[in-house]
Amino acid sequence: MKVRIKFQKFGAMKFIGHLDVMRYFQKAFRRAGYDSEYTKGFNPHQIMSFAAPLGVGLTSDCEYVDIGLNSSEEPELMLKRINAVMSEGFYVTGYHILKEAAEHEKNVTAMSLVSSADYLVSLKDGYLLSDSIRTNDEFKEAFEDFYAKQDIIINKKTKKSETLVNIKPMITMISFDEMEYLESLKDNLLELFKHDNNDRSYFLNSESKADIYENNIKVYMQLDTGSVANLKPELVMEAFCNENKVPFNPYAWQVHRLEIYTRDETSDKLIALDRLER
Amino acid sequence: MRKLALSDEILLSVEKPARYIGGEVNMRVKDPRDVDIRFCMCFPDLYEIGMSHLGIQILYDILNRREDTYCERVYSPWVDLDKLMREKNIPLFALESQDAVKNFDFLGITLQYEMCYTNILQILELSQIPIYAKDRTEDDPIVIGGGPCSYNPEPIAEFFDFFYIGEGETAYNEFLDLYKECKNFGRSKREFLELVSQIEGIYVPAFYDVNYNEDGTIKSFEKNYKEAPDRVKKQVEMKLSEAYYPTKPLVPFIKATQDRVVLEIQRGCIRGCRFCQAGMIYRPNRERDIEYLKKCAYKMLNSTGHEEISLSSLSSSDYSQLQELVYFLIDEFGSKGVNISLPSLRIDAFSLDVMGKVQDIRKSSLTFAPEAGSQRLRDVINKGLTEDAILKGAAEAFQSGWNRVKLYFMIGLPTETEEDIEGIAVLSDKIARVYYEIPKDKRQGKVSIVASSSFFVPKPFTPFQWCRMDSPEEFLQKQRLLRSKINEQLNRKSIKFNWHEAELSELEGVLARGDRKLSRVIYDAYKSGCIYDSWSEHFKYDKWLKAFEENDISISFYNSRERHEDEIFPWDIIDAGVSKSFLLREYRRAKSGAVTPNCRELCVGCGAKQFGGGVCYEVGEILDKPAIANHDVGNDDLIISTDANSHVLGGMQ
Repeated sequence: MKVRIKFQKFGAMKFIGHLDVMRYFQKAFRRAGYDSEYTKGFNPHQIMSFAAPLGVGLTSDCEYVDIGLNSSEEPELMLKRINAVMSEGFYVTGYHILKEAAEHEKNVTAMSLVSSADYLVSLKDGYLLSDSIRTNDEFKEAFEDFYAKQDIIINKKTKKSETLVNIKPMITMISFDEMEYLESLKDNLLELFKHDNNDRSYFLNSESKADIYENNIKVYMQLDTGSVANLKPELVMEAFCNENKVPFNPYAWQVHRLEIYTRDETSDKLIALDRLER
Repeated sequence: MRKLALSDEILLSVEKPARYIGGEVNMRVKDPRDVDIRFCMCFPDLYEIGMSHLGIQILYDILNRREDTYCERVYSPWVDLDKLMREKNIPLFALESQDAVKNFDFLGITLQYEMCYTNILQILELSQIPIYAKDRTEDDPIVIGGGPCSYNPEPIAEFFDFFYIGEGETAYNEFLDLYKECKNFGRSKREFLELVSQIEGIYVPAFYDVNYNEDGTIKSFEKNYKEAPDRVKKQVEMKLSEAYYPTKPLVPFIKATQDRVVLEIQRGCIRGCRFCQAGMIYRPNRERDIEYLKKCAYKMLNSTGHEEISLSSLSSSDYSQLQELVYFLIDEFGSKGVNISLPSLRIDAFSLDVMGKVQDIRKSSLTFAPEAGSQRLRDVINKGLTEDAILKGAAEAFQSGWNRVKLYFMIGLPTETEEDIEGIAVLSDKIARVYYEIPKDKRQGKVSIVASSSFFVPKPFTPFQWCRMDSPEEFLQKQRLLRSKINEQLNRKSIKFNWHEAELSELEGVLARGDRKLSRVIYDAYKSGCIYDSWSEHFKYDKWLKAFEENDISISFYNSRERHEDEIFPWDIIDAGVSKSFLLREYRRAKSGAVTPNCRELCVGCGAKQFGGGVCYEVGEILDKPAIANHDVGNDDLIISTDANSHVLGGMQ
């Protein structure tokens, strides 16, 4: 059976890179006594796949890993068992036994369908953006001006080449406080699956683990994410700083991921990965 | 939430920030305000290496069992962070609480190899603790050393307040109790050191003055505190199956060198290889009870989630219940995706069967450690391993499907001749010939033989402690000779030859058998930028040479001199259990090429019997069984493994 685990990654764990997070969870599942499915051969390894790897330095409320299990106890118990072996900075908030694909259907991984993600980007305390942008209001005004532009062109550098890219269409929403952000999500989302706690799934309501800073300079944004189009929040902040003629300091910003979505083709709405049935 | 000592900006700008944040699985969490003693345990090398060390895990566990003590850890910051900490004047901190080390009661440093000595000074300096013990105040932590290099602590004696000689299980609690009492009574550090010197196994170097002869050798040790012991006796844990074993070892986030459960099946070694320090200082050989080990294996795999378990000992094949243990591990955990890794096994039907079960033969290689190229020289070093046995073992393994062989040799062993060196090339070739005797349709492609040679470094408390060591020039000359001999062999294209750096071995030799005069050299080398010497990319030979020169200290005095039989050694202050007269007897036997039986065959009175247990008390019983007594156990000591053998010397990479 395939199980989707949702977890939060925060605090000092933001310094643990993606490959190490994978190793960490492999060992954690063993500690929790999960009946994992293994690949065959002399170096058997657990069957697991992560959605949209998180970069070092970022925190998140919505990391997903799909795992293969031979058997499972009650979802609530399974969730408790894994949280009992987590170290500070990892907290599992969902355990969901996915529906098997019907025989004629292709078994797609939700991970390959990731199309969008929400982020909260905050200025860390101790950093000054510029003399003219010191308060939340000043930041909001500057950012709205920036977002109002027809095109936002950045110079995207890869190892081999540099290309000019218009990132404006990849930013699908911005917002400056939590209420406003949640409000704007409402019409945008589709739920294929309710968070009922039953014999197939168990979800915890855990509060966001985003760090809170006194300066209150922050922006919520929804960005294209995944294999088709991918925009990192850092690039948006860099473009914003360039626009305002402020030097971009990558260490000054804390990026926190709030949710990952796939896009429903018929309704063109977004579905959070924990609202999918499989 | 735990607060980190370093800012995000620093952590995100250095390599692998996970080295500095702590918070690992099974990390012990205590409130520092609730304890009387704060102890910081240090492995003076990179985090990934230090986290792989079993000894630290054992001590971490023992100390944290005490409610009045919080034991935390620190490792050497890598060069990138080192630079930033100096620039920003950030004091070195412990991983658990992230508090500055300088505010701890103790800083305990494990001394695993000589080439970490400059890293010790880095730890002290970054901690903002005065480097020389004499410069420290009542407010500075008490700096302790322990581990194999503490058996000759003299080159670094001036940097330490005291050394703990022997295994940590025994006297730690005693001196911590004493410390707590002293702290409660407001006693000074000096008073504490005086009292602690009365505990067996503790060496306070400041209580001894060293007098030298005109030729630079030691004339005498003179006590300046009359109550200090004449000699410091190593401490041994005799009840290994009752001793603490860390069943909840720490699990790092980043991949450590040992990313597995390590099960220590025994301590000490019954073989008396004359070059091997571990084989002498860890005597007597003591086995852990098999039922105890099975329980530990369960608990450790459960508490860590590791996918691999490895047996640790100097010579696993000598563990009397090895077969039962290995088959238990395979049956119990093999089906649960746990790999079983078995270093240092003698090759026989059992090991081939096991290897076939636990490893992919195509990917693994067979490791032999003949150490020397000729039978004559193998007898000199008491490495009871015959050519016949190597070739037979290789043939059996080749027939079972292996086609890769690793061979470990040492160059520069005492009495070595050109024929012995040529023997390395000839033996490598003979192994290849054995492979090609297998019919073509039955073998798996070409054979690959990797012959690695390290340079022999004489160590204290071995029969070769009197020997001269070759100079780098001699080593290189011998290496060239070996290379040309390999090129003369029929199967030269199947033989790959690896070697170590001669300069690093030279320095290791000086520090291994050095005296107190070297502390100035180590200090100056460190101050001129030497650090991470065991990492070849950071080893600065020229700076070391300059430090020797400026202090008017000659390397050849330590390395190129055959020592007199009655010379007083810097490490004579330590009583390691094996007697100097035994070592000397062994040295003389070595020179005449006489092989000495192992502990199970015959007790040769090394001195370890005084500890009252272990193999010393099973000998009589075994000798009564003629089948075993007549069997030449010492001559089939083949080693089959995928890991480096414990005798391999040199750098850490």
